[in-house]
Amino acid sequence: MNKLLLHPAAKPLLFLLALLPFTHLLWGALADTLGANPAEALIRGTGDWVLRFLCLTLAITPLRDWTGWTALVRLRRMLGVFAYCYVLLHFFSYAWLDMGLDWADILRDIPKRPFVLVGALALLLMTPLAATSFNRAIKALGAKRWKTLHKSVYAIVLLGLLHFFWMRAAKNNFAEWSVYAVVIAVLLGWRLWRRFGPPRMPVLTARAQAAAR
Amino acid sequence: MRHPSDPGFNHSIPSEITPRAVYEGRRDWMKRLAAGALGTGLAGWAARDALAAEGAAKGAALAGAKSAVAGAVTMDKPTPRADATSYNNFYEFGTDKADPARNAHTLKTRPWTVSIEGEVKKPRIFGIDDLLKLSPMEERIYRLRCVEGWSMVIPWVGFSLAELVKQVEPTGNAKFVELHTLADPKTMPFVGSRVLDWPYVEGLRIDEAMHPLSLLAFGMYGEVLPNQNGAPVRLVMPWKYGFKSAKSIVKIRFVEQQPKTAWIKAAAQEYGFYSNVNPKVDHPRWSQATERRIGEDGVFAKKRPTLMFNGYEAQVASLYSGLDLAKNF
Repeated sequence: MNKLLLHPAAKPLLFLLALLPFTHLLWGALADTLGANPAEALIRGTGDWVLRFLCLTLAITPLRDWTGWTALVRLRRMLGVFAYCYVLLHFFSYAWLDMGLDWADILRDIPKRPFVLVGALALLLMTPLAATSFNRAIKALGAKRWKTLHKSVYAIVLLGLLHFFWMRAAKNNFAEWSVYAVVIAVLLGWRLWRRFGPPRMPVLTARAQAAAR
Repeated sequence: MRHPSDPGFNHSIPSEITPRAVYEGRRDWMKRLAAGALGTGLAGWAARDALAAEGAAKGAALAGAKSAVAGAVTMDKPTPRADATSYNNFYEFGTDKADPARNAHTLKTRPWTVSIEGEVKKPRIFGIDDLLKLSPMEERIYRLRCVEGWSMVIPWVGFSLAELVKQVEPTGNAKFVELHTLADPKTMPFVGSRVLDWPYVEGLRIDEAMHPLSLLAFGMYGEVLPNQNGAPVRLVMPWKYGFKSAKSIVKIRFVEQQPKTAWIKAAAQEYGFYSNVNPKVDHPRWSQATERRIGEDGVFAKKRPTLMFNGYEAQVASLYSGLDLAKNF
């Protein structure tokens, strides 16, 4: 499997797959198959995919640890950047379809609806991560500083979870939210366990083991 | 800015639901990490959307003569029937807009009775077939404005609630009318959830109930009401937010005290007794100045301005002269 992930077609394939939700939504908007309230379907649909891509991005490291497929990390940046692209789509759908691109109205909305405020905050926090996602930025920041900055994804995903929770709280409708909450609890909990749990033997790749001998 | 601990969704009934979905979360997670996660998710999602958007199957015909009541037939373009029967709020069947169309098939509309009780000289239990014959059916094309900010235009079939009220002869003590929706956990899967207090209760002032535009509806689009639209009989109050238009009515009580409605019990600071459509009175969490007309305003169109009393100002404003509409929302 690790070999497959290293295949030159792996990243382009993931790119195409990650475009599918956008394509489905765009097609739906143009062909009017998004139901009675397509604006709402677009805003909610893009929002769903932000959360999903954030979960997928956060799943890479634990999955790599469990399976030993180190090449998974090659896919992480693309997943993260897609999360940002969908968040821009999500915000833009809200700003255009819901608020008619009336920026004064949007600014007034933020303190009025705390879940909008939390969402705006999450978007703001995601921006520097997207801006420093490419190789030259990583080199310029240096590994340590880049890692520290990108750890803010933990706060971002929690803000996203809160945003979705408050949005659903009006109808006491938490079934879908609970799924995300469990997934995110596992993904973040794994990191806590790794940091504060019992000390473990470092996992060496086959190459590193050979070099160590 | 509201107090930081206030999320903007204040409700006196906190949810203690531990959904089954929590347990299914593990399975979902495994699916995610598998190679085909995105494809599977999309396919399922697309199918669900397609099914929901079809709308109700055709029902038995129910004809009505064009109503002569002032304001009863709007010139606005009626919403496509598929939209009106697939995008609904009927929490007894689930809180998603697609849930009622998907789940309301379990509702049993025969036998059906509507019990008239309270401050009336002639309390009575009407069978639905007696109610259908009570007064000549009219077709009325009303605007319907949901508090959430969307609206529709629906051709209803029914007669004025006043016709029923006249039959039962309310006493001098009858100041308000209280309407109850069916709340049968055996046929309505979400009765028992903490979303709202069941049964769903709505209320009107007696003069609002007697207004010619207050409609007791038995059909729409020339057919009997589909289950998801509140079969077999419902209320339609066109100048009020949609949640006032109680569905699937089983009881009407004439009372002295202002009724405690379901949404007042759920969030009194957000939903009031009158709930008159008013672009100048914001909902605490969003503006009511504009609305999206389902099926007509294209997805990229700007939202349209909401009208005072949903455009029925000429017919109903006199009911509220002297009333502070901002305080009595």
